[in-house]
Amino acid sequence: MLKKITFSVIGVLFGLSVNIANASDTLRIGVEGAYPPFSEKTSDGKLIGFDVDIAFALCKEMKRSCVMVEQGWDGMIPGLLARKYDAIIASMTITKERQKIIDFSKKYYATPGKFVAKKGEFSDDKPSTLAGKIIGVQSSTPHADFLKFTYPNSTIREYGSQEEIYLDLTAGRLDAILADSIALSKGFLHTDSGKGFSFFGENHEERDFFGEGLGIGVRKGDTLKDEFTKAIEKIRENGVYKKINDKYFDFDVYGE
Amino acid sequence: MEKINWLDWGVIDWNLPLNHWDLFIVGTFNTVLLTILALFVGWVLSIPLAFLRANRNKLFNYPILCFTYVFRGTPLLIQLFLIYYGAGQFDIIKESVFWVILKDPWWCAFIAFSLNSAAYQTEILRGAIETMPQGENEVAVSMGMPVLLRLRRIILPSATRRALPMYSNEIIFMLHGSVIASTITILDILKAGRMVNGQYYVAYEGFITAAVIYMALVFITTKGLKRLEGNWNAYKQPRTT
Repeated sequence: MLKKITFSVIGVLFGLSVNIANASDTLRIGVEGAYPPFSEKTSDGKLIGFDVDIAFALCKEMKRSCVMVEQGWDGMIPGLLARKYDAIIASMTITKERQKIIDFSKKYYATPGKFVAKKGEFSDDKPSTLAGKIIGVQSSTPHADFLKFTYPNSTIREYGSQEEIYLDLTAGRLDAILADSIALSKGFLHTDSGKGFSFFGENHEERDFFGEGLGIGVRKGDTLKDEFTKAIEKIRENGVYKKINDKYFDFDVYGE
Repeated sequence: MEKINWLDWGVIDWNLPLNHWDLFIVGTFNTVLLTILALFVGWVLSIPLAFLRANRNKLFNYPILCFTYVFRGTPLLIQLFLIYYGAGQFDIIKESVFWVILKDPWWCAFIAFSLNSAAYQTEILRGAIETMPQGENEVAVSMGMPVLLRLRRIILPSATRRALPMYSNEIIFMLHGSVIASTITILDILKAGRMVNGQYYVAYEGFITAAVIYMALVFITTKGLKRLEGNWNAYKQPRTT
């Protein structure tokens, strides 16, 4: 009780709205909107992408109405805890660190991380090859943790969103970048600005950093977790997932 | 680092920023250095600009007015983004010698902040010069002081003294404005706080620590400037024997 009071007082002090859970049936879903092709905004401000489509499909399966709430990446988990929304569907990797604070559904897709640089710039991605180079990565991601741990001799530059990283890579401020391979392929390499750049090195799926795939985040102990897991299984079975998958990719991003 | 139990208040755990004290040290260093250098360069640039403006110099008055108008009339964040992301769009710039400087986020922030501060300081100083008691200037003229000597010995000290409160505002504005350096990957105080928040998925610890450091810096600055004001304007105080 006391803790709750302290929390709301601090919340008010710092201008955050600590809404008590919405009594209505509408589910509020936190999405990022700056991570193509999973989540992006059209020029007229509409949220689109794989995450968004999956979110609506899951809501339909769960027979709940949904609204998308846009949230910058580094405030994603705090926003969930502050009840700005009830679930995160924003390509969030299920990691041990995050599981200490929030719960995850089973994965809804899983793709490896990979490096990108100018074509032919690097032959492999060994830490010794990238020593002294500047590598760009999105902060608060497993990719950032992986880089800081495995590439201590490279300069790691952390960005708020993936789109800023692409700008700086094409501008020549970065020697290489590491991110989810699908996001890189669809969001950058296959676009006009990605010309002259390519993947290099291995697929990175190191379990210590990248966990068991990407899941839907909910507050600790929330029964939504099982509802989402069940809904994911359902749309996998009934072909809705495949339909969304095929809209964006020419292979199954779910993984094994 | 060992966890200190009394620092864990449940909602807020001060062990988290404490574990990363080194980030905050680097961040404070970057913020202070960037602010001081930008203010200094801005000050140096502002002196000739302010004199030319105050004299309504036929050739330079309007160009300088345009410069200060643009830099005071647009958000610092946009100025920084135009220099940082804008410069990277042009091959001409990327192939020129300037790219060595513009490639580095630190230099981009330094340039944007310096120009912004120069614009504000120009107008501050111009105002102070224009409102100078004419007597001070007339005495210097009647003493036969050449123009440059008069600028250096009479006008600049007198104007600076009277503009000091406005300079205090500008210094604090620049210190607070420098947080946007964090948006172009520079590790300043805010970025250190963001990194701590990002590491542990919390909202308060990093930001509050950053806020406290900024507050301490503002406190030190205002105390120092108050003292300076007291010293420089001591001649105006009623005499006590």
